[in-house]
Amino acid sequence: MENYPKKIQELEEVVIKFAGDSGDGMQLTGTQFSDLSASFGNDLLTFPDYPSEIRAPQGTIAGVSGFQVHIGGKEIQTPGDLADVLIAMNPAALKTNMKWIKQGATIIIDIDNFDDSHYKKADYVEDPFEDGSLEGFAVIKAPITSLTRSIVKELNLGIDQKTADKTRNQFVMGILLWLFNKDLTTVEEFLAKKFIKKPILITINHAVLRAGHSYAETVEAIATQFNVLPAKGKKGKFRQITGNQATAWGLLAGAEKAGLKLFLGSYPITPATDILQELCAKKHLNIKTFQAEDEIAGICTAIGASFGGHLGATSTSGPGLSLKTEAAGLAVITELPLVIVDVQRGGPSTGLPTKTEQSDLLQAIHGRHGESPMPVIAASSPGNCFDYAFMACKIAVEHMTPIILLTDGYLANGTELWRIPDYENMKKIIPPFVKDNDPDYYPYKRDEQKLNRFWAIPGQEGLRHRIGGLEKADVTGEVSHDSYNHQVMTNYRADKIKRIANYIPEQEIIGNKDGGELLVIGWGGTYGALNSAVQDLRKEGYNISLAQFNYIFPLPKNTEEVLKKFKKRIVCELNLGQFADYLRTQFPQYPYLQFNKVQGLPFFISELKEKFIEIIKEK
Amino acid sequence: MENVQTNITKSDFQIDGQVKWCAGCGSYAILAAVQKALPATGVTKENVVFVSGIGCSSRFPYYMKTYGFHTLHGRAIPIASGLKSARPDLNVWITTGDGDSMAIGGNHFIHMIRRNLDLNVLVFNNKIYGLTKGQYSPTTPFGAVTKSSPDGTIEKPFEPGELVMGAQGTFFARVIDKEIKGMEEVIIAAAKHKGTSIVEVLQNCVIFNDATHECIIGKDVKDDRTIYLEHGKKMIFGKNRDKGLILDGNDLRVEKIGENGVTLDDILVHDKTIQNPNIHYMLARMSYPDLPVAIGVIRSVEQSTYDALLQQQVDEAVANTKIHNVLDLLNSGKIFDI
Repeated sequence: MENYPKKIQELEEVVIKFAGDSGDGMQLTGTQFSDLSASFGNDLLTFPDYPSEIRAPQGTIAGVSGFQVHIGGKEIQTPGDLADVLIAMNPAALKTNMKWIKQGATIIIDIDNFDDSHYKKADYVEDPFEDGSLEGFAVIKAPITSLTRSIVKELNLGIDQKTADKTRNQFVMGILLWLFNKDLTTVEEFLAKKFIKKPILITINHAVLRAGHSYAETVEAIATQFNVLPAKGKKGKFRQITGNQATAWGLLAGAEKAGLKLFLGSYPITPATDILQELCAKKHLNIKTFQAEDEIAGICTAIGASFGGHLGATSTSGPGLSLKTEAAGLAVITELPLVIVDVQRGGPSTGLPTKTEQSDLLQAIHGRHGESPMPVIAASSPGNCFDYAFMACKIAVEHMTPIILLTDGYLANGTELWRIPDYENMKKIIPPFVKDNDPDYYPYKRDEQKLNRFWAIPGQEGLRHRIGGLEKADVTGEVSHDSYNHQVMTNYRADKIKRIANYIPEQEIIGNKDGGELLVIGWGGTYGALNSAVQDLRKEGYNISLAQFNYIFPLPKNTEEVLKKFKKRIVCELNLGQFADYLRTQFPQYPYLQFNKVQGLPFFISELKEKFIEIIKEK
Repeated sequence: MENVQTNITKSDFQIDGQVKWCAGCGSYAILAAVQKALPATGVTKENVVFVSGIGCSSRFPYYMKTYGFHTLHGRAIPIASGLKSARPDLNVWITTGDGDSMAIGGNHFIHMIRRNLDLNVLVFNNKIYGLTKGQYSPTTPFGAVTKSSPDGTIEKPFEPGELVMGAQGTFFARVIDKEIKGMEEVIIAAAKHKGTSIVEVLQNCVIFNDATHECIIGKDVKDDRTIYLEHGKKMIFGKNRDKGLILDGNDLRVEKIGENGVTLDDILVHDKTIQNPNIHYMLARMSYPDLPVAIGVIRSVEQSTYDALLQQQVDEAVANTKIHNVLDLLNSGKIFDI
């Protein structure tokens, strides 16, 4: 039989959204597809979208989970605003995602699941094929379930229907491979490896995969194949990494470069749990983890470990950060190194536990009793969570202070094709240790430049001393209720943190380094969207630049220089304006426009561009 | 407990400065007993760490010439747990009170015991909040009038020993603050026990709860209202050493030897080492006026400790890996060479 002649369309980038029931294996299919694209040389970013219920009732809106993959022949910095291709395994998945796809997008559905009972579960009042909602889209009504079942049955291997249904995601994969003009081999190899202990599963998965591919090849509804070219300039060694994994690895790197053992005390909390899970499987790197009875014990065990000469760290999300604040104050007054990772989520309270937000900023900067200064830094891509976790370790150890590293749900769960860092040439971290029997050691004697105290470890000879939450006398560290001494010590603690600005990089301007019309200001995880929007507008000729802050407290030394060079400034963040307010207190001489969003979603490039153009055009 | 220093003495643990508890406070005796006991436990001066929370008991580390950490209210336990997990080579002590360990730190208390971390815990039980000047604590007797219970408490008190047994504790002892010698012996036993050792000190607060334990340990009544337990010995007590404990159904009962046909043979022998905690639980909860209050080591059983198991997992993982450092890690797994 001769195939229909089909045309191939070249694309610079494409966004694919996989959606189905939590148990449909859409995340696996998405991961397979992104792996395949990575080995082909595409740049990519992925983002899962999952409900907070583990397995909500099948076929319902609440049960829909998704996985978005953005691949491209150019640098990819976000998971993409809207999808070009949607795979919807049931009506609920279709309904949930209609607003997240582009006009004219290709929609692949499992037509076997589009019946009255499924419509009812998805709260469809009218048949979506008849209410006009799918007009203008390229809908591929693939009989995924029935074809998968019949293929598995033909193999005559005695496979039950439930097992057969679990291979439906490979049928989808087959369609996609054809749609994106890719070879079957890599996926076949992946499946062979995955099911190496159950060869029968290799046979059926391979058969279903090929069936999906042949189906796409022959069916008339698919008129176009897409080709996404490899990314130019993306050369070297890469791996896919999530923000949480990169954070965990950054902590490992920080401890190793400091010659310290890492100790993570933590309590499971979405979306930070993966950091604990990642590290408890890394004991072979001579590190320890402690799953504590609560958030407070999480941070306290880490403080205890730091007192014992380890690099203590704790990982959490907003509500957990609130619980840890008293202990964080203890780390401030005892001046022990400690890394607190806060993976921000929608709040307050339990809020939107699986969704992203940037609303813990002011809690991180200010949220402790007493004068309790603590440095705050933020990562801005899944991959650079590694670099900022490393920097958090460096600052904590060299300046003898607790530090908060802010990431967010979007960075934590997003995957980036990450260039493996030049680890051997990364900076060393030098702990301010004390030699045994040093006659000049006093617990609160300070380094003249950094103002840090020194780190004497239990077990060391001739350095026995006591620290604690009560105010201590300058130098000697004896308990002191002296009023003048408290002023001195409070000033030291504040100055010590301010002086960190002497040891961090200056703030970079992306765009017009000498200033210009509009400066977009962001911090942390919004970098990808803000930078994409700014770059797009610059190509269109707009005078627009970006300053994305990673160092929040203290701010880089040249911050004022950066701010004053521009006519207008707009602070964009996923909260109601916390960084904007913070800048207003630091640099009240400048006006700040704001663009804020709190929908549990990242910024879309399109909404940013629209806003920026509006501001530039305002006179 | 490496490098046993045979030449260390009590004075090696005494600070040069002033100790600042109220005159007549039971804490002075505890401090003296600890300083006397430590040299006998085989520790080095540098490997001992005292960790405390908040309260009168928690000033203790400032008065010990060791490494010390005065932490947060209720949090001595998790801080010491982190320290011991990271550094199993250290000899870690916690000094805490009934409020610190059983109210604000109650959750940590049971989890430490369940994990059986090798920590030594001295619970200064004066049945009152002293540092905040006289509110009732979780061990204050039902109905007691205090500053925060002017009409009497309406809460049943915790018996520390019951919590220990309920959380699968491996060591529990009770001592009296004014008996320094007995305290010293128990502290040595606690230090030598591998696992969480809980020592409840019946401590007097001269200011806010004076004589709270006197109905049990007062000179005239003590012989008949307490029983000193010794491993392997019959559990007998009384001014004339003529009373003993027997098991009657599901509970302990006091019998007079020589009356009702009861002979010395019928009296129970104390075995602190049996794994089954039932008898230890009954002994720990004996209270006035029904039964004599047990003093001494009630339970001391061998079980694996969290810190040792954690170290073992780490050592085994290190020995069996091909990924030895972060550089190896970065280059492991699926790499895309583009």
